[in-house]
Amino acid sequence: MSRVITYAQAINEALDYCMEQDDRVILMGEDIGKYGGIFQVTAGLLDKFGSERVIDTPISEAAFVGGAVGAAMTGLRPVVEVMFIDFITVAMDMVVNQMAKMHYMFGGRAKVPMVLRVNIGAGRGTAAQHSQSFHAIFQHIPGIKIVMPSTPHDAKGMMIEAIQDDNPVLFVEHKKIYIDKGEVPEEAYTVPFGQAKVARPGKDLTLVATLNMVAKSLAVAEEMAAQGVDIEVIDLRSLCPLDRDGVLDSVRKTGALVTADEGCKTGNLGAELAALVTEYAVEHLRAPIVRVAGPDTPVPFSPPLEQAFIPSEEDVKKAVSRVMEYL
Amino acid sequence: MEIPTESVRELYRTMVVIRAFEEKVQDLYARGHIPGLAHLYIGEEAVAAGVCASLEPKDYITSTHRGHGHVIAKGADLNPMMAELYGKATGYCKGKGGSMHIADVDLGILGANGIAGGGLPIAVGAGLSCKLKHPGQVAVCFFGDASSNNGTFHESMNFAAVHRLPVIFVCENNGYGISVSQAQHQVIQDIAIRAAAYGMPGVTVDGNDVLAVYEAAAQAIEQARDGGGPTLLECKTYRWRGHHEGDPNQGARYRTKEEIEQWQKKCPISRLEKHLTKTKTMSKKQMQGIWDDVEKEVDDSIAFAEESPFPPLSEIQQDVFA
Repeated sequence: MSRVITYAQAINEALDYCMEQDDRVILMGEDIGKYGGIFQVTAGLLDKFGSERVIDTPISEAAFVGGAVGAAMTGLRPVVEVMFIDFITVAMDMVVNQMAKMHYMFGGRAKVPMVLRVNIGAGRGTAAQHSQSFHAIFQHIPGIKIVMPSTPHDAKGMMIEAIQDDNPVLFVEHKKIYIDKGEVPEEAYTVPFGQAKVARPGKDLTLVATLNMVAKSLAVAEEMAAQGVDIEVIDLRSLCPLDRDGVLDSVRKTGALVTADEGCKTGNLGAELAALVTEYAVEHLRAPIVRVAGPDTPVPFSPPLEQAFIPSEEDVKKAVSRVMEYL
Repeated sequence: MEIPTESVRELYRTMVVIRAFEEKVQDLYARGHIPGLAHLYIGEEAVAAGVCASLEPKDYITSTHRGHGHVIAKGADLNPMMAELYGKATGYCKGKGGSMHIADVDLGILGANGIAGGGLPIAVGAGLSCKLKHPGQVAVCFFGDASSNNGTFHESMNFAAVHRLPVIFVCENNGYGISVSQAQHQVIQDIAIRAAAYGMPGVTVDGNDVLAVYEAAAQAIEQARDGGGPTLLECKTYRWRGHHEGDPNQGARYRTKEEIEQWQKKCPISRLEKHLTKTKTMSKKQMQGIWDDVEKEVDDSIAFAEESPFPPLSEIQQDVFA
């Protein structure tokens, strides 16, 4: 049965379900216990599962991210909340050199089944060190699965999938969509990784979007449909594994690609998609590939500047219009 | 503490295996048989042997870039170890890890680690597993004096103390972080005093006295098994070789020949031999017998490694994900 709940509640339900099913699942992070997590994603779980399984950690990211690596290697299935993706930098060795490498460099002798929850995104006035969207960096590190569900439905299903996966998973959330609501089945289910979702079919142009940019892209697609432009919106959902065929098939059909992701433009995941398409489907392209992205600046605090930083529906429209000039 | 005679003999044998293995590696490296980097443990054998003697197979260790001694003392088989150093398919990690990444989770070896200070949080996590799922098991974390300046040392000690985890932090203070002496990298002499900052016992022992290491480690391990929480155990020792094979003249750029010779006189193995003779625990002949057996074992591991194939090129794509 479906009912409408928020994105944060959907993740909470997935955590609750997995902890009930499997006593190896534990939660670690800053203020995830009594406080319920800075965005209330873990609310109520301390009372239900106790302080041995819902661990409020010291502000000590290297210790608890690395601790999760050691715990995962020895039989637990930790889910770690890193309060903002910005804070993962202080545990980067544990992520890049330890978590991502263990399985490979030990020749398959160790498994690291853990989930690292992070959130990206500007728009809450949290300035340059609490608003970044540098998730694309992790695409460059083999050994980490990376997912970014844009709806409450996918958030629940992908979290259950992530916890059941035997590999480290970076679970990327967006802080502006925690209170967005959507239909979510009450029962448990999984959403597989590596499968982009066609959020709106179309034939004129492929618009690949992530997280908060999906809703903006859908709104633009509806608006432009009235002007006779039929946009296919793809919710990428998963960066690694990347649904290469899903993206390529769509571009082969439409002959045009726009990407929309909040990360700064240089090195944005749109760059990888652009490279993919030019490498394997360039003969189908009828127009330049255009990336909608944050500017190459830190996130500014002043509200009008911050709003200017965040890619908007207007930015998506401009990108689509630029491509349409060639079609 | 009364140490059973059989345990003392075992300590001797473990140190001999490490020494013989490392001396062969030194020679093989010089002759170009072993690729990459090798950081040798010669001179520090008493620490690994003394600590691991009180560990069960189900207990965990994390190790360092200078990890051969730790994994041997924890029970690793010499054949796949040597094959790993050669980069062969029969190595512990199918040849994909090399000297700095030997691991065998079934033996509780959570990996040597190429990042100074990298193993500490991992040991803390293993300690968390022990506490939640396997009461009575412990995790031992080996690291060097220089790593005690890394954030991971402080974060891990604090975390283990707050959650009263069964983790024994074993600092091998060999006086140098590569070329930088302890006096240049910290103002304290005894790293064990840092334990006080985290509310746990801190003990400093002569790391070249295997019986002293054994006794202190056994006590810390027992306390951890009983739910008494973590200990910081500092073992003062010295590496005879340079930081890595290829460090010119065993580190002559940053230390004197006299200093090295002075420490060689404190050899942990000859020191135990004197004790064994004095207490009539073992005869010279018995000790020689151990050397002979061990050298054959090491020679066999070399033959095994040399006869083993390299991994097929298709292996590059394997094991990125489980």
